[in-house]
Amino acid sequence: MAETPRILANKAAVLEGLPEHPAVKALLAWNADALVDAKFDRGELTLTIASGQICAAAATVQAAGYNFFEDVTAVDWFPSTPRFQLSYHIVSHTHKERIRLRVLVDGSDPSVDSIVTVWPAANFYEREVFDLFGIRFEEHPNLRRIMMPDDWQGHPLRKDYPVEGYR
Amino acid sequence: MAERVGTPILQAAVAEGAHDQHMVLNMGPQHPSMHGVLRLVVEIDGEIVVRLYPEIGYLHTGIEKTCEAKFYQQVVPLTDRIDYLSPLANNLCYCLAVEKLLGLEIPPKAQWLRVLLAELTRLNSHLIWLGTHAMDIGALTVFLYTFREREEILRILEGLSGQRMMTSYFRIGGLAMEPPLDFHDRVQKFIRTFPEKIDEYSNLLTGNPIFKNRLQGVGVLSAADAVALGVTGPNMRGSGVDFDLRRDMPYSGYEKFQFAVPVATEGDCWARYVIRLQEMRESVGIIQQVLDGMPEGAIKADAPKIVLPDREKMKTQMEALIHHFKIVTEGFAVPAGEVYQGIESPRGQMGYYVVSDGTAKPYRVHMRNPSFTTLQALETMCKGRMLADVVAVVGSIDIVLGEIDR
Repeated sequence: MAETPRILANKAAVLEGLPEHPAVKALLAWNADALVDAKFDRGELTLTIASGQICAAAATVQAAGYNFFEDVTAVDWFPSTPRFQLSYHIVSHTHKERIRLRVLVDGSDPSVDSIVTVWPAANFYEREVFDLFGIRFEEHPNLRRIMMPDDWQGHPLRKDYPVEGYR
Repeated sequence: MAERVGTPILQAAVAEGAHDQHMVLNMGPQHPSMHGVLRLVVEIDGEIVVRLYPEIGYLHTGIEKTCEAKFYQQVVPLTDRIDYLSPLANNLCYCLAVEKLLGLEIPPKAQWLRVLLAELTRLNSHLIWLGTHAMDIGALTVFLYTFREREEILRILEGLSGQRMMTSYFRIGGLAMEPPLDFHDRVQKFIRTFPEKIDEYSNLLTGNPIFKNRLQGVGVLSAADAVALGVTGPNMRGSGVDFDLRRDMPYSGYEKFQFAVPVATEGDCWARYVIRLQEMRESVGIIQQVLDGMPEGAIKADAPKIVLPDREKMKTQMEALIHHFKIVTEGFAVPAGEVYQGIESPRGQMGYYVVSDGTAKPYRVHMRNPSFTTLQALETMCKGRMLADVVAVVGSIDIVLGEIDR
């Protein structure tokens, strides 16, 4: 925290600035092409993963010591494309550090692989994202709505869903 | 059989092969032991739990959606309503996240007061947990004792902010106002007597054979399961995982304080009970350190475009009046970016993920709430145990439905 705030804006800068970072190293050793982009801002490292590779990437960082899955959620960047961004927050108990894996998902029929096999903790969170954003998680064991009633129409946290009034 | 079963969750149970000899039972949403509106669909074989699904969403109010329509400073009172038993922990987490986005430095006195209040909130929350948990088990007396002490905490909070529960006392950039003159003495008086009160609860419960039998060896969660299922806080430390964000990834000046992180290895309801009692003693120690070493100075950051000016300045200075008007009517723009701030709330790791697009309203606010994840581990803890143990386990993991459903 005490170190001077610095921003490493893209993949090349992160690779140069944080070559010894365990998550970066592990991902490069696994598949350098799957690491699409990277960013270090406000003390947080964001690693963008190619959308088909998230499950393997999650397993890779888990093996690199990032053992605790904290959170996954989505951001709707409507109307820009790709529309959805998924943010996975993962903590390491040994490195005492948090990283963010980011996946960009297209707006039409959005779907991404589930990481429940890597971290069972993602189960409820993926159901929540499915419920509120309408992003499907392939291979999820129980992909049902979790917050809204089962017969609800629409996905409330999408930006084209009104905050109040009628749809 | 499937046609006879009404709701989708029961159909799911049948589809997954609910046995004909088994009974599917609804516990809740209106049930005295369910700590709010939690509904558990339990498949039982006689008295033994075969399967258990938590069915949630009864309190879903779409707070995350509401946040997107408010100015940054207007979100603070919303965060109180998420975990209504530890509102200041939510305030703290949200304010820290936005301050990180803004790159705002908080003066030391505000940081120390925040730590003090966060720990008071922990005591408040653990007292409710202890009272209601013991009541679930059948020890009704403890409830009256813990609420006696909780009342004093609520009075301190009322003197501080004018509100007993939904305090909204933290602001982006500091605190709402100076604490009252008798604040220090009242907290000191409370802290001086509180350890005896913990002994009192312990006298009532720790040696109580019924309480012991209901908790020991019940609801066991292994360390590996706790990490895999995302269980955090006292529940995780009760399973032997030694991790506490206050110590390991400190925020708001926690690195300046000395405290122990209690860890137990049994992973049962009893371990969780012992750990929370220990945590209360440690919190008392932290509060004492804050009172002893409270720095002097401002309670708000020096950022006139973000922090509301003092009332007196606003009434006498043109500049302050303009800032006040601008902040209230237009909010303040926050530089684009995304941050995740984690804190150790009374229930475990809480996290706020705030995304800004450079305007005065948050583009996205997401809360990671410890109770939500803890609920996933409920089936693991209850499987193969008696139905009555479900009540003990639900009590011991200390969940709040407001923060699960949001």
